[in-house]
Amino acid sequence: METTENIFDDTAIIVSDGCCVQLGNNPALDDVTFEIKKGKKVAVVGPNGGGKSTLFNAITGLVPIINGSLKINGMSPKDAKGTISYVPQRDLINRNFPLSVKQVVEMGLINKRTLNLFSRKEINSKIKDALKNVGLLNKINENINNLSGGQFQRVLIARGLAQDADILLLDEAFSAVDVGAQDDIMSLINDINLDGKTILVATHDLNNLEKNFDEVLCLNRHCCAYGDPAEVLTEDVIEEMYGSHYEMFKFHTPENHEKNND
Amino acid sequence: MIELLIDPFKYEFMVRSVITAVASGIMLSTLGPFAINRNMGFMADAMAHATLPIIAVGVFLGFSISELGVPASVLIAFFLGYIIKNSNVGEDTAIGIIFSSFFALGFVLISILNVTINLEDLLFGQILAVSRFDVLIVVSMCVVVVSLIVIFFKQLLFYSFDPVGAEVKGLNTNFLNYLFLVVLSVAIVASLQTVGIILVLSMLLIPAAASKLVTDTFVFSIYVSIIFGTISSVSGLYLSYFYNLPSGPTMSLVATGIFIICFFVNKLKKVKI
Repeated sequence: METTENIFDDTAIIVSDGCCVQLGNNPALDDVTFEIKKGKKVAVVGPNGGGKSTLFNAITGLVPIINGSLKINGMSPKDAKGTISYVPQRDLINRNFPLSVKQVVEMGLINKRTLNLFSRKEINSKIKDALKNVGLLNKINENINNLSGGQFQRVLIARGLAQDADILLLDEAFSAVDVGAQDDIMSLINDINLDGKTILVATHDLNNLEKNFDEVLCLNRHCCAYGDPAEVLTEDVIEEMYGSHYEMFKFHTPENHEKNND
Repeated sequence: MIELLIDPFKYEFMVRSVITAVASGIMLSTLGPFAINRNMGFMADAMAHATLPIIAVGVFLGFSISELGVPASVLIAFFLGYIIKNSNVGEDTAIGIIFSSFFALGFVLISILNVTINLEDLLFGQILAVSRFDVLIVVSMCVVVVSLIVIFFKQLLFYSFDPVGAEVKGLNTNFLNYLFLVVLSVAIVASLQTVGIILVLSMLLIPAAASKLVTDTFVFSIYVSIIFGTISSVSGLYLSYFYNLPSGPTMSLVATGIFIICFFVNKLKKVKI
């Protein structure tokens, strides 16, 4: 049995060394270097167009790396395809389809060899386990269009859990959900992290990063900072990320959060 | 009553027509729920219209429309798929350009090559004229289309619902995209003799849309769509037999009638809630 110590070992699970990504003729990520250790909870922050989703696309092998290297568990993103659980931005999902919660979670168990074969017993138990973990087992047969934004997000996380990958990527996990639902999702992320999974969350919310995450990766087409939020999220880094909008974000430093919490 | 129902079957052409109508109905209404939820109606219409130049050249070279079915549909699917993916003018615009220019090219080729094609039959269908060979082709295509959808159902559903998630999961999304385009194109081309280029869209979309109004789940909506599609085809054929009406348009109108009933059933359900 794995102990808490060896779950959170020092093995680097995602290593980016001078990674560069280009979208069309525009550089989307330039010379990004960081190293994420197994079992860490990492917030990926930055402005719109700062490269958060592009980084996730690079990690998942959806966009090519034109320079530098990016290794996932020692493999190239292309070779690591299928070994990462990914929760995309909700506007990328076609919710016209009247699917049940169960059908969506089952997608976490589908791979390119899946034909319409029936090994229902094993599949059903995995789906139920994943839904139990996100607290939605009672909604297993519910139509996804009857769910709230927060519940739908949890269903997508359950889909990621059913896949049982070591790495979970959540793109804009907190967008378009209310504060209560954000708290629920964050506590769910904490629970999943206790199982030793490495979790990356792209978010616009700079509040309480030092409380909720082990590390923060600050992006604005390049890596502005990476490390413990309490140390790296300085006014200078926030200015580097948000430029002219700096005034709006400058109070989101850990010191200011501490003052406000007091 | 039973005598009335079996009366048309004393003619062999009616037996052939009913088999073709049922096969077309099943094939199109199996794909319909995917097409409407992926907003692919315009694409399907373009596929139907894009067949005209291929039919013109094929008939000029001595092939029948049935013989042209499979190669024409594969060609159209790959061509449309490639252009839409690689043009920078937007999906709707690309489809619109192909739709209109291919249709125009078809008419010009028919004129230049001096091909003898009954355009009215091609546009609105002529199911009563199907041969045994046509029946064999349509039924075979129906079996192939439905089998492929059943086999790849889970992967196709994942890809249709969340294309990015499916790609990250390692599914071959390029294959799934072209697989769906090819089966859609095959179903459309195989049904041209039943309902014609213009009305094939009604048999693809209307049963699926009606089904969506009265069902709650996607899988159930496919079953109900197949039932609606088959009822529309067969009862349209009966009506056209007894009242001497054009068969393709009658089938489309029956499907529209079913849609109107479902529309009001859906409204009533909402009022009760």
